[in-house]
Amino acid sequence: MDKHQTTLEQSIRKAREKKDILLMTHIVLGYPSFDDCLRMVEDMVNAGVDLMELQIPFSEPMADGPVILKANAEALKAGATVEQSFEMAERLTKEFDIPFLFMTYYNILFCQGVTEFVERCKAIGIQGCIVPDLPPAEGQDYLDAMHRCKLAPVHIFTPNTPEPRMRFLNDNSAGFIYSVARKGVTGKDTAFSSELETYLSTCKQNTSLPLAVGFGVKSAEDVNFLRGKADIAVVGSETIRVMEKEGVAGVRPFIETLVA
Amino acid sequence: MKNSGYYSQFGGAFIPEILVPTFDELETAYLEARDDENFWKEYLELMSTYSCRATPITRLDNLSAQIGGASIYVKREDLNHTGAHKANNVMGQGLLTKRMKKTRVIAETGAGQHGVATATMAAKFGFDCTIYMGAHDVKRQRPNVFWMEQMGATVVAVTEGSQTLKDAINEAFRDWVTNMDDTHYVLGTACGPHPFPEMVSWFQSVIGTEAREQMLDRTGKLPKRVYACVGGGSNAMGIFSGFFDDKEVELVGVEAGGRGRGSGEHAARLAYDDASIGVAQGYKTFFLQDRDGQMQDTHSVSAGLDYVGVSPILSHLHEAKQVRFEAATDDKVVEAMQRTVRHEGLIPALESSHAFAQAYKEAETMSPEDDILINMSGRADKDIFTVADAVHDPKWKEFIIDKADAYRREKHNG
Repeated sequence: MDKHQTTLEQSIRKAREKKDILLMTHIVLGYPSFDDCLRMVEDMVNAGVDLMELQIPFSEPMADGPVILKANAEALKAGATVEQSFEMAERLTKEFDIPFLFMTYYNILFCQGVTEFVERCKAIGIQGCIVPDLPPAEGQDYLDAMHRCKLAPVHIFTPNTPEPRMRFLNDNSAGFIYSVARKGVTGKDTAFSSELETYLSTCKQNTSLPLAVGFGVKSAEDVNFLRGKADIAVVGSETIRVMEKEGVAGVRPFIETLVA
Repeated sequence: MKNSGYYSQFGGAFIPEILVPTFDELETAYLEARDDENFWKEYLELMSTYSCRATPITRLDNLSAQIGGASIYVKREDLNHTGAHKANNVMGQGLLTKRMKKTRVIAETGAGQHGVATATMAAKFGFDCTIYMGAHDVKRQRPNVFWMEQMGATVVAVTEGSQTLKDAINEAFRDWVTNMDDTHYVLGTACGPHPFPEMVSWFQSVIGTEAREQMLDRTGKLPKRVYACVGGGSNAMGIFSGFFDDKEVELVGVEAGGRGRGSGEHAARLAYDDASIGVAQGYKTFFLQDRDGQMQDTHSVSAGLDYVGVSPILSHLHEAKQVRFEAATDDKVVEAMQRTVRHEGLIPALESSHAFAQAYKEAETMSPEDDILINMSGRADKDIFTVADAVHDPKWKEFIIDKADAYRREKHNG
């Protein structure tokens, strides 16, 4: 892919001039309800979140762990549709001045029509997409459409990814690289160790893009560990866990502890 | 990773990035095994000494006469060790697991046959073993869960989603993305990401290779039609593959019609019009899904056919009109099973009974000169609870009540 700088990458680089680490959070659209999602996003933005992943729920979220899995299932049980997810995302991108990405599984794009899906993302102000079950080899239509619309297809580095594969993924990505801190699914504990540090430095060497790190990031301590080693800390399942335990009102204080 | 494993527009490998090296390793091991004559020799030796290969074909003398149409033959996959064709795939993948020097196997299971077969293989080869099974299926297939646990496997009841086969597959993948270094995922059917559809079909092709020869030996000609039930599609791929080059043989796949066309309670992806093309569980095929691409609940009297997707190879053969797809409803399936038990003394599993139901229906309209062949993919011991309910057997109920009372007394007395 021709390495034009996407709006997403530009905003990340600009935000990084002021902060030494950015915070990206994750919500599942329609969980616990679309109204609650709106409130949570508002609280998160006010608490200082720099960018957000909006997950369009899917019935078979293969790469997600128990917390996000349940959130997907509950959102669908409550009747969440792809149409409602688009409408909510459009509202969020209009009201809040941070970059938003969609995270979802390939079947959601496929059933909408890949080109139609991507063009609609463009039209409503979504800046990038993370599709964890779509390797570049299967996603040429998607990559072409994202490129045409100047949106960022974000790919994933893992501790199992060989370096030549990292460079290949980098060449097919824009915006940033999402590096998962360990094997497994979302929402389990991660050891923030020197081993992780070595892996992150390998990631950095193999991408020209900003580096986000997720999977198991859940405290100010974890975020601090990532300072200087990554550009973005991703807090996914933990926010949902906090919301489930303390209600929507608990989200803002939690985020504030992370960015303090 | 190569962009391979497509059958016209179906198949592919839609996998999380973390599994890309694992799939590369698996594909390499599989291709090397295919190129190695000794591997297949070792496989056949194992199947003839540990399972029951070659399984025979049996002519249904009484029912052929009673129905008065085609002469009906049955390929006896029920005589495999563990009672179903699943053994063919599992033992093959067990040998591959050894080649890859992995020490743990995981598997999903619907009816429990694949779980039992995998647990058996793990016990024989000395692998650790975890089986994922929908909580709904754990309830209806307790006898199989019992045997898996006896063989040392850990059985995890999956409470997510519809609590059936697809949810068990998702959970097995979640295990695999964590433990791929020492673990092989023994996928049980000709579905999932490449190379599984092709690899599982290869191990199952032993059924078709034998059956074709046996029919020629026995009758001097090829059967006019071959019937197989289709859940994921591995037993069908197995028997059909023996006849792909014989254009005069019509191949008939029989899906779970559940409560019938238009009921919304079935698992017929190809025979009815409710499914559409989608991508889930790592591959592209026809799925029973809504317009957004969310998977729908399926229904079948047989746990093994109760699945939202179907082998990408069969979707291709369906579109290419090389296989005809039909669906048999729950009531016809139970009836066909009872008829086979009563008049032939064979006990086909509820899954396999779908193929019997369609074959009996069509045999009637055929000539006595014609032979047809049914793949009896498994036996019904595991279905005893479901079948006893379906036939309302009062003596069975009494037995269960007595047994329950005895257990209750035992528990009460400490």
